[in-house]
Amino acid sequence: MIWIMEILILTIVLICALAAIHVRDLLSSAILLGAYSFLMCILWAEMGAVDVAFTEAAVGAGISTAFFIGAIYQTTRRTKD
Amino acid sequence: MIRLYDDLIIQTVCRIMIPLIQLFALYVIAHGHYSPGGGFQGGCILGASFILMLIAYDINWMKRRFSEDINILMIAFGVLLYAVIGLICVLLGAEYLNYGIIHKIIPLDPVRVRALGTLGIEIGVGITVMAVMVSIFLNLTTFGKHEKGEV
Repeated sequence: MIWIMEILILTIVLICALAAIHVRDLLSSAILLGAYSFLMCILWAEMGAVDVAFTEAAVGAGISTAFFIGAIYQTTRRTKD
Repeated sequence: MIRLYDDLIIQTVCRIMIPLIQLFALYVIAHGHYSPGGGFQGGCILGASFILMLIAYDINWMKRRFSEDINILMIAFGVLLYAVIGLICVLLGAEYLNYGIIHKIIPLDPVRVRALGTLGIEIGVGITVMAVMVSIFLNLTTFGKHEKGEV
């Protein structure tokens, strides 16, 4: 709707996605994916798809971040490559 | 794995926050057919409240309140609730999950019976999703060894 807001949120989404791939620390990567998920939720709510935004906020930003952190507990925080 | 770490601030904040999260999750499940939300989202929020309890305290503390056997039973109970409501509609002569036909055995308005049938389905989905989320998190953080107490 408001095109300035859409472009602003899309830019931050792109920055979060690229940073989640390139950062070396796996815990930071999981947190950045949570931020990416929450910004996608804002974008969907702004486009009018409130139900999809609700699912994204509950599953993407809430549960899957907890699952990623639980999986990181079983391995090392630093990547080798 | 997740051991008890005595921190007054974390435990007090979680003790205040967990009932509010669960109340909001029940609201989302109950209003799933009027507003955004529903069984899956409400079940995820309800599971997240148990995961927060598990992180803030430890696994044994949580398993005294919400044991693994009850967790497995709740997974099966939610699916059973969904299937039974669907099969009641088939036995009364309509399609699977066509809730309007239940007004033959419940003396209410068919429109109201349809809304109540949707609510029953949402409750079944919510119970299953909540128990599955807690079960996935328990198995993920403990390599599946929590049943023997080797955490």
